[in-house]
Amino acid sequence: MDTSILSWIIWIPVIGMGAIALIPREKVQAIKMVTAVATGIQFLATIGLWTRFDLSNGGFQYMERAEWIPSFNITYILGVDGLSLPMVILTGLLFFLGTFVSWNIDRAQKGYFALYLLLNTGVMGVFLSLDFFLFYVFWEVMLLPMYFLIGMWGGPQREYAAIKFFLYTLFGSVLMLIAILALYFTCGRTFDMLLLMQTAPTALDGVMFWGMSAIKVIWVMLFIGFAIKVPVFPFHTWLPLAHVEAPTAISVILAGILLKLGVYGILRINYTMLPVAVWWFAGALALLGLINVIWGAMCALAQKDLKKLVAYSSVNHMGYLLIGMAAVIAAGEANGNNLLAAQAGLGGAVFQMFNHGTISAMLFILVGVIYDRAHHRDIEGFGGLATSMPIYSGIVAVAFFAGLGLPGLSGFISEAMCFIGAFPVFKAIVIASTLGILLNAAYFLWAFQRMFMGELNDKYKNLPEINKMELFTVVPLLVITVFFGIYPRPFLDLISSTMNVIIDTVANMGGIAGVF
Amino acid sequence: MTGNMIMDYSLLILFLPLVAFLIQIFIGKRLPRQGDWVAIGAVVTTLILSIAMFTSMLIGHEPHFAQEASFTWLDMGAFHIELGFLVDNITITMLLVVALISTMTHIFSIKYLEGDIRYSRYYAYLGLFTFSMNGIVLANNLISMYMFWELVGVSSYLLIGHWFEKDSAADAAKKAFLVNRVGDIGFFIGIMLIFSTLGTFVFSEIFEGISAGKMGGSILTFAGVGLFLGAMGKSSQFPLHIWLPDAMEGPTPVSALMHAATMVAAGVYLCVRLFPLFTPDALLVIAYVGGFTALFAATIAITQNDIKKVLAYSTVSQLGYMILSVGTGAYIAGFFHLVTHAMFKACLFYGSGSVIHAMHHALHKKHDHEADPQDMRNMGGFKDKMPITYWAMLISTLAISGVPLFSGFLSKDAILAGTLSFASHHPGHFLLPVFGFGAAAITAFYMFRLIFMTFHGKPQMEELYDDIHESPKEMTFPLIVLSSLSIFIFYTLPYFNPFSDHGWFSELIVASDAAVPGNPSAHHIAEGIHHAHYTAMALSLFVAAVGIFLSWTFYFKKKLSADEWAGKLKPMYALSFNKYFFDENYNRFIYQPFLKLSALVAHIDWDLYDKYFINGFGRVGKIISFFTGRMDYDGLDQTIVDGIGRSARQAGGVLKFLQTGRLQTYMLFALLGVVVIVLIQSF
Repeated sequence: MDTSILSWIIWIPVIGMGAIALIPREKVQAIKMVTAVATGIQFLATIGLWTRFDLSNGGFQYMERAEWIPSFNITYILGVDGLSLPMVILTGLLFFLGTFVSWNIDRAQKGYFALYLLLNTGVMGVFLSLDFFLFYVFWEVMLLPMYFLIGMWGGPQREYAAIKFFLYTLFGSVLMLIAILALYFTCGRTFDMLLLMQTAPTALDGVMFWGMSAIKVIWVMLFIGFAIKVPVFPFHTWLPLAHVEAPTAISVILAGILLKLGVYGILRINYTMLPVAVWWFAGALALLGLINVIWGAMCALAQKDLKKLVAYSSVNHMGYLLIGMAAVIAAGEANGNNLLAAQAGLGGAVFQMFNHGTISAMLFILVGVIYDRAHHRDIEGFGGLATSMPIYSGIVAVAFFAGLGLPGLSGFISEAMCFIGAFPVFKAIVIASTLGILLNAAYFLWAFQRMFMGELNDKYKNLPEINKMELFTVVPLLVITVFFGIYPRPFLDLISSTMNVIIDTVANMGGIAGVF
Repeated sequence: MTGNMIMDYSLLILFLPLVAFLIQIFIGKRLPRQGDWVAIGAVVTTLILSIAMFTSMLIGHEPHFAQEASFTWLDMGAFHIELGFLVDNITITMLLVVALISTMTHIFSIKYLEGDIRYSRYYAYLGLFTFSMNGIVLANNLISMYMFWELVGVSSYLLIGHWFEKDSAADAAKKAFLVNRVGDIGFFIGIMLIFSTLGTFVFSEIFEGISAGKMGGSILTFAGVGLFLGAMGKSSQFPLHIWLPDAMEGPTPVSALMHAATMVAAGVYLCVRLFPLFTPDALLVIAYVGGFTALFAATIAITQNDIKKVLAYSTVSQLGYMILSVGTGAYIAGFFHLVTHAMFKACLFYGSGSVIHAMHHALHKKHDHEADPQDMRNMGGFKDKMPITYWAMLISTLAISGVPLFSGFLSKDAILAGTLSFASHHPGHFLLPVFGFGAAAITAFYMFRLIFMTFHGKPQMEELYDDIHESPKEMTFPLIVLSSLSIFIFYTLPYFNPFSDHGWFSELIVASDAAVPGNPSAHHIAEGIHHAHYTAMALSLFVAAVGIFLSWTFYFKKKLSADEWAGKLKPMYALSFNKYFFDENYNRFIYQPFLKLSALVAHIDWDLYDKYFINGFGRVGKIISFFTGRMDYDGLDQTIVDGIGRSARQAGGVLKFLQTGRLQTYMLFALLGVVVIVLIQSF
């Protein structure tokens, strides 16, 4: 398809940023409007992608290609497939809604919205670039605005949280950079990801780094880089801190999208460029998933701060996803060519990426709503809110039930698919992680009881009900959660072809995995 | 009725309550009468439709009638899930039970919840429950069964927590959901075991696969026990029985509908549906769990003073009966008991609701907020004041005690005959009939204790007696309907023999053969039950008579003093009165240690691992940079390149802002250096 729609999607926010730069800082309303328009147009464009997307094609669509730095073989390549499209749409949606979540930012709005738009470009760029150098540039572009958004507009410990986030992620990107360069030099000096997907699996055969297989070394370096973002235990401690300190909209973006970049990276790069190592690492991946599930849930259970509880719930939910991802090796010959399990697991993982994106975004918005009114988030400090804020309580109840994986809401399907997919290969791990089914319910329901049930706390008798603007940001997410919970087919149809491509890539490597 | 019509009716029955739920949730409060007529209208329509289906079942008279329909829910190629319905005679009967009890509950609640702060919410949740329950009943596969199963759990959570201002109600709601989830873990593992072996969720395909030998042995036993764990949670079987008595915190009509007649029976329904897949070992587990629960819960019910608690433990015990019958292979008897029990137990709950309602109003009038309106020690002599309630409860009590002419006699007898037949084939398992008959005796005892304490004797709170009145007709109507349905004739038509269950039920609801090789055939089991029939009947009449007689001596004639005997049997009395300290021990040995462990994990995560290990990199980095800075400044800078060093110091000043993690920063620069060198060298 000969269009430049992907470029538009990436660069629209930068145009918005330029416009904001020209607006005087006092005209706050105009700044917000520009942000809303820019993210709105971007969102509509991502929907446009979906309407004309060829579902039967598992490869990249809407490709764009331009020379950039020919002497280093660096090219500007963009493209979208069934793995990135849901993430692109989610990004469009959450940045658009996030603008309205940010409506009450009360200082330095000009800087805030400019950085917000820059962040938007960075995220979109990562999902859409197919050149490794470009990918890395966008990855780093994302880091900078995030640092300032947390560090300047965050809570009391914002500077500590921001620097920790920054250094932690930077550490990851350094490993990633080394891995990218290693691939560059061993696979014919190219950053072109499409080319690397074809050459890397074979070019690295037999290459050794420091006495270890190059494939393993590169795989692990990339994995750590991405695992920090996911976050995978034990690289997860930056997350609760960053969430607690970040302003609401940034928490929404962080949980809804940035965490998915890690998973996206693993699937896009580790899985398709170095598929043979997936066989070597899948067991560890499932085990890490189990740890994430149990550790995250237990930490969440012990929290007193609602936002931290939701943050640890992300650690927990990402665990299901990792288990589902590991299921992809079921399709290999060694596991009886169980294509069914691989599809369930990988499809479940990608569906879980999307569902966690909508559900956790909803949860963070709802935490923000109560924080704006009560100015604290101490779970024990509320009580009986269901009496004074019935609509808000009802929405929180649905969001919590979505979080605990209630059937009829989208999270259930993706979690169940992850389990069902991984079960034939990792029986013990899956059985152990089903304990999460109970623990999720425990921490969400216990928190709900302490905040919303019991006698109404007199202090909060007159809290205003959730307002229209807040409803506008939550309801679309709620509708999506319910819709996909009842009828997941449109989503799975969207990703299915690409999932099969990834499964094939990995499964075909099963034969040589033993030798390696 | 044609196949299409059956499916259309089923869909309507399923979705009408959901529509009512949505209307109630969004605009219920703004409708006249808070929209209760929407909910009632929807559920009465489902009742009419169910009656139509039921009538056509009776007329058609096809014992093996079955109709299925399904659609593709998701499809990724190899992995695809079909969701669908199965309508057979069991489904049709169950749909009628659900619609009937649900309708009665809707009507009963008009007065019982009059003026409640969340009246429209309440009706909304009843709709959600009816929808989910019908979903379970109609499911033809494990996935939709599981989904509706959990939705039923949610509606139970919402309705138990209806008066969430009370901490006890909020606790009970949470407890019910979580204990059910413990069972659901087993349920889900069972589903995964079956799906990973057979590649299907659909019941009929699972049975075919097992018959063909594709799955068997210990894997199938584990799968069966896993699925049964789900049933244990929902049907409140030992040791997961702890949530049901607490669930009495919900409004009484809800207790009647969900925690007596339908929702808790879902576990039994699951076992009935999946009976063909249980291996002999799994069935043995089921039989012992059910039998033990039947006896165990009955021994608790004896000493309870809260009228609803007695009924709650009685429900646990009766569900144990049904589960026991599945274990012995007589699962159709279990389903029969499910149906009869739904009628008389719902009736008993409405009766208790009627009594509590009267007590509540009388206490209110006296401005007494201390006395407990549910404590039977505050009642007595209500017989003349509340004749309809009395007669309805008496009839239901006769039914549950297994007295001839009433429905419970027939169904209980069938279950007990099943245990006798099982024990005669497997003499090692003589305990199963002992559980069964023992529980029957105790049931007769505590149920008559309830009747005598509440309705007979002298009023215990005389000041209230004048203000006790019969409940309004919205509440007595369901009592009349359901107590009438506790009479044997409704289950034996077109025959009139009160001592035989031969009738439409036994003719139309027939057992399927087990799919597992080695299990006895349905015919074989039926034969056994038939042989044991008269022995079972004689024994059960005897134990019921003993139970009623003892109760009569203790609580009616008062020839023996209950208090005195409680003193004589103090240790046993204390165990029973305190429900064998299950809640206390779970709290002490499971919940509290786990919460402590979670707090420890969170502490390790946040205050140790993160603060010392992760930030340790930062600290070490800081120390290293301090020394490098010193070397840089004192060594290089001061002595050699004083002028150039100034700029380095400025750089250090900038770096100072990076309070933690200088190591990473340094590493970063070091690595970037490497990269640059590599890049330069490679061209």
